Amino acid sequence: MLNEKELLAQDYKKDFPLLAQLDVAYLDNAATAQRPLSVVEAERNFYLRHNANPLRGLYQLAMEATDAYEDARVAVQKFINAKSEQEIVFTRNTTESLNLVAYSYGLSHLQAGDEIVLSIMEHHSNMLPWRMVAAQTGAVVKYLECGADGSISEAAMEQIITPKTKIVAMAQVSNVLGCLNPIEKAIELAHKAGAVAVIDAAQSAPHMAVDVQKLDADFLAFSGHKMYGPMGIGVLYGKKELLEAMPPFLYGGEMISWVNRETQEYAPLPHKFEAGTVNAAGAAGLHAAIDYINSVGYEAMEAREAALTKLAFAAMQKIEGVHIIGSPKWEEHKGIITFTIDGVHPHDIAAIFDADGVNIRAGNHCAQPLLDYLCTGATARMSLAFYNSVEDVERFINSLQTIRERMGYGR
Amino acid sequence: MADNRAFYNEILLDHNMHPAHKHELPDADMEMRGYNPTCGDDITMKLKVENGVVMDGAFVGSGCAISQASADMMLDLVIGKPKEEALRLADIFLRMIKGEAGEEEIDELEEAGVLKDVSHMPARVKCAVLGWHTLEQMLNKKE
Repeated sequence: MLNEKELLAQDYKKDFPLLAQLDVAYLDNAATAQRPLSVVEAERNFYLRHNANPLRGLYQLAMEATDAYEDARVAVQKFINAKSEQEIVFTRNTTESLNLVAYSYGLSHLQAGDEIVLSIMEHHSNMLPWRMVAAQTGAVVKYLECGADGSISEAAMEQIITPKTKIVAMAQVSNVLGCLNPIEKAIELAHKAGAVAVIDAAQSAPHMAVDVQKLDADFLAFSGHKMYGPMGIGVLYGKKELLEAMPPFLYGGEMISWVNRETQEYAPLPHKFEAGTVNAAGAAGLHAAIDYINSVGYEAMEAREAALTKLAFAAMQKIEGVHIIGSPKWEEHKGIITFTIDGVHPHDIAAIFDADGVNIRAGNHCAQPLLDYLCTGATARMSLAFYNSVEDVERFINSLQTIRERMGYGR
Repeated sequence: MADNRAFYNEILLDHNMHPAHKHELPDADMEMRGYNPTCGDDITMKLKVENGVVMDGAFVGSGCAISQASADMMLDLVIGKPKEEALRLADIFLRMIKGEAGEEEIDELEEAGVLKDVSHMPARVKCAVLGWHTLEQMLNKKE
């Protein structure tokens, strides 16, 4: 393991053609990451050499396409340490994975009076599907609130998770506050109450090892594109016994064993949940992204992101009029720093950064209830990945220092 | 957007920081809320129209510098003008933002003409036109 100085001296951008070519500090990684060449090549290679409709064809090429797709599933299974590859369902993204759980599990298992516990910091994609389930079944949504630093207390969880609870939905890492949530405890309490736990790992999978068996998660969702893979491929992990008892989400081709005029038998897991022609090239790209992550190693990635977060955090705290949202400790921000600047609207902040070649996000970050709860309104967010450099952070800080002045303050 | 330093110029910043028309208007006879979900800009435009003339106007609310300055510059321009003239100027402004107005027309917008570069900033179009769209809707409503 390299020390901090050696780690920060590494050049990972050379693996990412866009970052190697463009003169920007890309700090919007929580929205989508960049992809290494190996990922782009894997997708390209699928279409150039192995393209056929997977899972059905009986000729060599179609078998190669099937292999590429199913090999990717095994890679994902190992990546999150699932017991079986049958527990890995490919989807388009986290949003689709969570909708699958809500429509298939939620609508068939919940009834009036049941309770759904959501943390207030959930992304809209782990909130609105559950509100749909509540509206259709008569179940009740209850919000688990956090402190201003993003902390969720054990006492609050113990109070809100009761025998009435059927679903506990929580993000492992908040896309706004960057905090690591106590999902182990939430899962434990959910199980004690007879509920299932639905974990949104969209912001954790790109940065840290996720072990579904260790967590004992019932469902866990993440997107390829945030973890250096392609857009349009995502994963739903579900415990086999749960997935088996669930009705299909989408109906059509490739998800059945046989169909006659009156009846049908659905395909075994996981294909029951993968109706229609699948994104095999995307899966091959995701496979390459997993290989890439393994080659760098989460340990190095986390250490480098921590060092960059610490650097940015310390500099931001010194700038007058800049306020960091969430924990005052840099250790509690998994590469995500959301902030406001006194008197400057976040969209103006983002526009000025853009002029300086710094890419950040502004707005509600698809978590409006959280920002309402914290009374911040719209905010700006910088989010790091391991390939970001000290220069990227310096460029961000240099620009940040000038924003109030450029918006007419203190002249 | 390399010329963004020029875009956030003195005129725009001054209207954002010291908007002359951002206040309540107790004797307003028309009021309409304008909301831009992209930015979260949220303003309420208030007008006092007598005999077809915009006698007074103001706005309250919050939003990005472009939305606030644009609404303020608009009121500078239309207060004291007949309704039809205000609508004609709003039409010029909205065409300017689409990149479809001529230089001479843009001159008629006075300070609001500084926003013409928004035509190259698709992400900010909704901010710039918020006040103007609201005004247009209000004036077209009351026949």
